[in-house]
Amino acid sequence: MLLGPNMNQHPDTSYRLQEFVAFISGCLFGLGLIVSQMVDANKVLNFLDFFGDWDPSLALVMAAGLSVFSFGYVFGVKPKSKPLLDEQFFLPTKTNVDKKLLIGASLFGLGWGLVGICPGPAIVNLVTLNGQFIGFVIAMLLGMLVAKKLIKIT
Amino acid sequence: MTEFTPFSALLGGVLLGLGALLLILLNGRIAGISGILSGAMQFKNPNAKWRWAFIAGLTLSGFLAPAVGFTLPTQLNTSWTLTLLAGFLVGFGTYLCAGCTSGHGICGIGRMSKRSIVATLVFMLLAAVVVFFTRHVIGA
Repeated sequence: MLLGPNMNQHPDTSYRLQEFVAFISGCLFGLGLIVSQMVDANKVLNFLDFFGDWDPSLALVMAAGLSVFSFGYVFGVKPKSKPLLDEQFFLPTKTNVDKKLLIGASLFGLGWGLVGICPGPAIVNLVTLNGQFIGFVIAMLLGMLVAKKLIKIT
Repeated sequence: MTEFTPFSALLGGVLLGLGALLLILLNGRIAGISGILSGAMQFKNPNAKWRWAFIAGLTLSGFLAPAVGFTLPTQLNTSWTLTLLAGFLVGFGTYLCAGCTSGHGICGIGRMSKRSIVATLVFMLLAAVVVFFTRHVIGA
């Protein structure tokens, strides 16, 4: 997500609360990845392997995650003008499918298909302190920085 | 080979859906991991803080894994070269398309965003093509 700087002023308590919420949210998200075994690259690759021993688990993870999220979105976000702890919703504003989206999604797909790790599981797997997981995350952050620089130039 | 695990897949999906829902209902933010990571690296931005808090929670979940009876994989079954190449592509690509499996796949599609539906179809398709080649063409 390309989020510009947000200059909204918050009272300190609202900031603290939001950070706590973000912490809990991250924890729930991570537990979801762990319980569903999406942190296991093999599980992900076996979902992507439609012509092998297909493991449809990832589809159910997405279906369940999507159901919960969209239910809450329709009833808790759409009818409201602002979230509980802030003055506005920070939602992406772009609506058009452009070249950047298509090229970016393709490159992401290439990388994801190569090892079966996307950003969420990459972070959760850091706690294993395995060198390759750490290397993956460093390369990923570098990729983000290079993309950012490249977008600024062009 | 891995077993199809419908129950844990659904339960895990519900948990991560709840995590994403909590963040948008209370903070008004999208739980997109790639966006949170790139935003967290803008250290001077006051909005980097909640992103670091999210990342801390995500990391804590990794430590909690054994307590809920789950183990994390101990390694990747792939070479260092591919690991680094894939990591770079994932970072570069998600920055360019402004989202990953979470931001586009869950939150974006959940909001019925056309961009997210297209992005998710594209990265899933490309990933499947790569797996087809590595497992059934090269690895066959």
